Amino acid sequence: MTYKLLGKNFTPPDIEGKVTGDARYAEDFKKEGMVFARLLTSPLPAGRIVSIDYSEALAMEGVVGILTTEDLPQPAAPANPSFASDEITFLGQPILAVAAVTEQIAENALEKIRIEFERRPFVVDPLDTLVEGGPNPYLKGNTLVRTGGAAAAGTTQSGTDVAEIKWSRDAINAFRAGRDPGPNVPWGNEWVFGELDAEFAQCTSIVEEPFVTIGQSHHALESRTGMAYWENGRCFFYGSLQSHTIAIPALAGMLGIDPANLVFINENTGGGFGGKIFPYPVMAVTGHLARKINRPVQLRITREEEFYIGHARAGMQGWMKLGLKADGKVGAIDMIVIGDAGSGGGASGPGAANFVSLMLQPNAMRFRGVSLYTNTTPRAAQRGPGENEMATALSPILDKAIRQAGLDPVQVRIQNAPDSSGTIGPQRGELTGSWFPQAIAQGAEMFNWEERKQLSGRRNGTKVTGVGVGMGYHSAGASGFDGLLRIGTDGKVYLHTGVGNLGTYSYAAVVRAAAEALKVDWENCEIVRGDSSLHLPWSTFQAGSNTMFTEVRTNNAAAQDAIRKLKQIAATDFGGDLAEYDIDGQRVFKISDPAQGLTYAAAAQRAIELGGEYSGQTYPEDLNAITSRSVQGLAGTGLIGVAKDARHTGTVPSMTVGFMQIELDTMTGKYDIVDYACVADCGTVIHPLGFSQSMHGGSVWGVGLAGYERLVYDTQNGLPANVGLYQAKIPTYLDVPKNTQHGATNIPDPQSPVGSRGVGEPSQGCACAALASAISDAMGGHHFSRAPITADMIVNHVAQLDHFNTGNLKTNTF
Amino acid sequence: MTPRLTRRRFIKSVIFSGAALSSGAGFYLASAQSRAAGGVERLVSLNINGRTRRVDVMPQETLAHTLRYKLGLTGTKIGCNRGECGSCTVTINDVTHYSCSTLTHSVKGKEVMTIEGLRGADGTLHAVQQAFIAELSPQCGFCTPGQIMATVALLKTNPRPTRDEARQALSGNLCRCGAYDHYLNGVMRASGQLS
Repeated sequence: MTYKLLGKNFTPPDIEGKVTGDARYAEDFKKEGMVFARLLTSPLPAGRIVSIDYSEALAMEGVVGILTTEDLPQPAAPANPSFASDEITFLGQPILAVAAVTEQIAENALEKIRIEFERRPFVVDPLDTLVEGGPNPYLKGNTLVRTGGAAAAGTTQSGTDVAEIKWSRDAINAFRAGRDPGPNVPWGNEWVFGELDAEFAQCTSIVEEPFVTIGQSHHALESRTGMAYWENGRCFFYGSLQSHTIAIPALAGMLGIDPANLVFINENTGGGFGGKIFPYPVMAVTGHLARKINRPVQLRITREEEFYIGHARAGMQGWMKLGLKADGKVGAIDMIVIGDAGSGGGASGPGAANFVSLMLQPNAMRFRGVSLYTNTTPRAAQRGPGENEMATALSPILDKAIRQAGLDPVQVRIQNAPDSSGTIGPQRGELTGSWFPQAIAQGAEMFNWEERKQLSGRRNGTKVTGVGVGMGYHSAGASGFDGLLRIGTDGKVYLHTGVGNLGTYSYAAVVRAAAEALKVDWENCEIVRGDSSLHLPWSTFQAGSNTMFTEVRTNNAAAQDAIRKLKQIAATDFGGDLAEYDIDGQRVFKISDPAQGLTYAAAAQRAIELGGEYSGQTYPEDLNAITSRSVQGLAGTGLIGVAKDARHTGTVPSMTVGFMQIELDTMTGKYDIVDYACVADCGTVIHPLGFSQSMHGGSVWGVGLAGYERLVYDTQNGLPANVGLYQAKIPTYLDVPKNTQHGATNIPDPQSPVGSRGVGEPSQGCACAALASAISDAMGGHHFSRAPITADMIVNHVAQLDHFNTGNLKTNTF
Repeated sequence: MTPRLTRRRFIKSVIFSGAALSSGAGFYLASAQSRAAGGVERLVSLNINGRTRRVDVMPQETLAHTLRYKLGLTGTKIGCNRGECGSCTVTINDVTHYSCSTLTHSVKGKEVMTIEGLRGADGTLHAVQQAFIAELSPQCGFCTPGQIMATVALLKTNPRPTRDEARQALSGNLCRCGAYDHYLNGVMRASGQLS
């Protein structure tokens, strides 16, 4: 299909502010009388507060208030409280906040606070709490259970509790040695489909491998700073979230107010990557403190604090048995994931297992998993949670089986990749559509795989060439949100979106679907966003690669509603039926006599005169309350297009494949990524430069996951060793591919009105998998069993010191 | 660095020297507490973006904080406040500096340029700014001012850098979104090597 706007590049309205410095982030907003808050945080990974004396701090000149646990609702574990008191579960956990007229005074005041702590045993390695007799990270245990209970007032996490799960020492020892722990251990999650034993029996190439993936911090460059003030019972909150309107009910709940009394302003967000999808506990501190002292409060989070409270990817300690049949078909997979959820976060084993089930379409598969807490930084979704770390672990294991079978890695992947009849997970859920085998073939051609694979193992002095291929996936779509637009009497189309501004420009790309449907010039459109007082609709969270699918649906729904109303108005004025009218050139007109018609400006004026649904005096009952309030706010100002999107069916699979060539120096363990090519099966590309940004940015994240980034803790004291960016270490210009090519199948998703899906997350998965595969290839097929694969591990392997690399499935350490 | 001004003390003091632009009383309160006996002159003239700005600067204050909190130039971002990320990059006499790790008193008599100073007098965007828009270089945008200032400095000394030279020159500027390729495209376009 040929589009006027979609599939073409455009200048997003917020980009000029980013290059001039005019773009405002949460910390850039000021308010008369604003004071500054600082956090006092826990120096212990586990313990409790016996007593606090902050009287001296409160009496200091310039100190205007202190917020403690007594001022805040306390959610039950494992929900992370804004402040901890009786149960400290990670180092850096906030305990209280001091507000003062300067940050310096607030910081000085913190030093006047006397706290008596009581230590508790802590754990940084999940297997150390899983073993019988091992310490528990929480008073009640070490694992998540779902109860269906309600959240405490003023808190958001509901239906969860902490329980205890333990394995025998023999089982732990077997697992640490890279074996199945045996039949007599409890699991938190377990599923199977197909005839596992029978399928394995038909496999001719079977590999069994352990694997470890260590979590890493999100490290968004903009820390989660916030500013809040109150006026007449309303809270005005300037925050840093990936999402916008979907965050309002949760944030209002944290502040104990009706969502109608919360104005949330978030024009730009300096990175989120999954760590800022929904309101986080420290936001409650800013809001409650502002209310308590009745002054605007800015709580700036430092880089070090961002490490503690800014979340991280979950880790995995796992085991996989994978069987290939002689023809290359994946017969059976048996996998275990012990997930590291940190303190109060979520582990990613089930997502990892779903990923494997989709990518390889095995005839039979079993997954067993346990989600465990540790006294490490809280975990949250991070760019392809579960899928991308599993992609990194899976690729070299699959390659090992392929190598053993004497087959071609690309052909085996094409053979097993899902097409539109593919399924995912234990329920064998259907897909909206998949052309992934074509994507792999397209990538292989782009990379020139047949020639490049001949370079595998080529030596040049101390350097050796490795080539690898990897696959990425994320479920990239939801539905059921609201779309909202207004045609003004100036003839402009005002496209309202509450989707948030993560930085991918997808907020702008998706509203162009409405402009396309309305056949309006882009110059006559204006995007309304960033401030909930501007009347924004209920939109999806901007995460999970889902904006491109979910929000083209809502925008199209709003546009179709507006088109219907335009035609109805014209039919009212000029007679006849709706079917006799069409739109173009910002006019609605009679097809048989185009002179009979109205400009959009005139139609908007008529909508105001007619009232009712035309100008938002009435609206559909199925809208979310936030959208309803926004329509009420816009009522009488033009022609309102508003609708709730219908539901789609099936998983929306966004999938990618990446091919990488590296030159690895066996003397130093360092490598240059010479070439990288990636192709996505992510539907119709509606914003080519945005697509390019996603694919290239994802590759950088892939290099970080597979090669550099990891949490490191001192196991004696529980102290983190890499709270900064340098130690973390996120990739720089010098660590990433020198040459990157990207492409797309560009085949439309059948359930997106313009065919689009997002790709932000799988773009990382294919890159980290390709790098892990290429490193393994350069090392003659050696399986490192863990990610990231760092230079020291490579050097150790070259020196035949692998016991330093893989022993005991250790994690959260070097 | 003197023995009295240890690295730890320096870092701690600069992190919290962000006195309030909007809270003048509080700022002077803090300043009085921080006054060192026999310390440096407090009221200084700075050359910022070609203009002379008079500003009260504490002895241990960083340029990033002066720019953001005293002068309202919030385009300079603080990503780490410890010289790791480059989000706060400005040019001083056309050379890039991390303003979070530069004492404001050290730039007296020098020409400081921030992202806000790049526009022409008629409001026209700088060639680098235009190129970065054309190439959709920024993602979240938080590191962008630093990337642009680093590029401006590079092109002053090397008007037609190779892509690899640009990588090296910008390698002190982190981008967590991973927009490196698009930034490099912007450098190539700004230097007339990409059309």
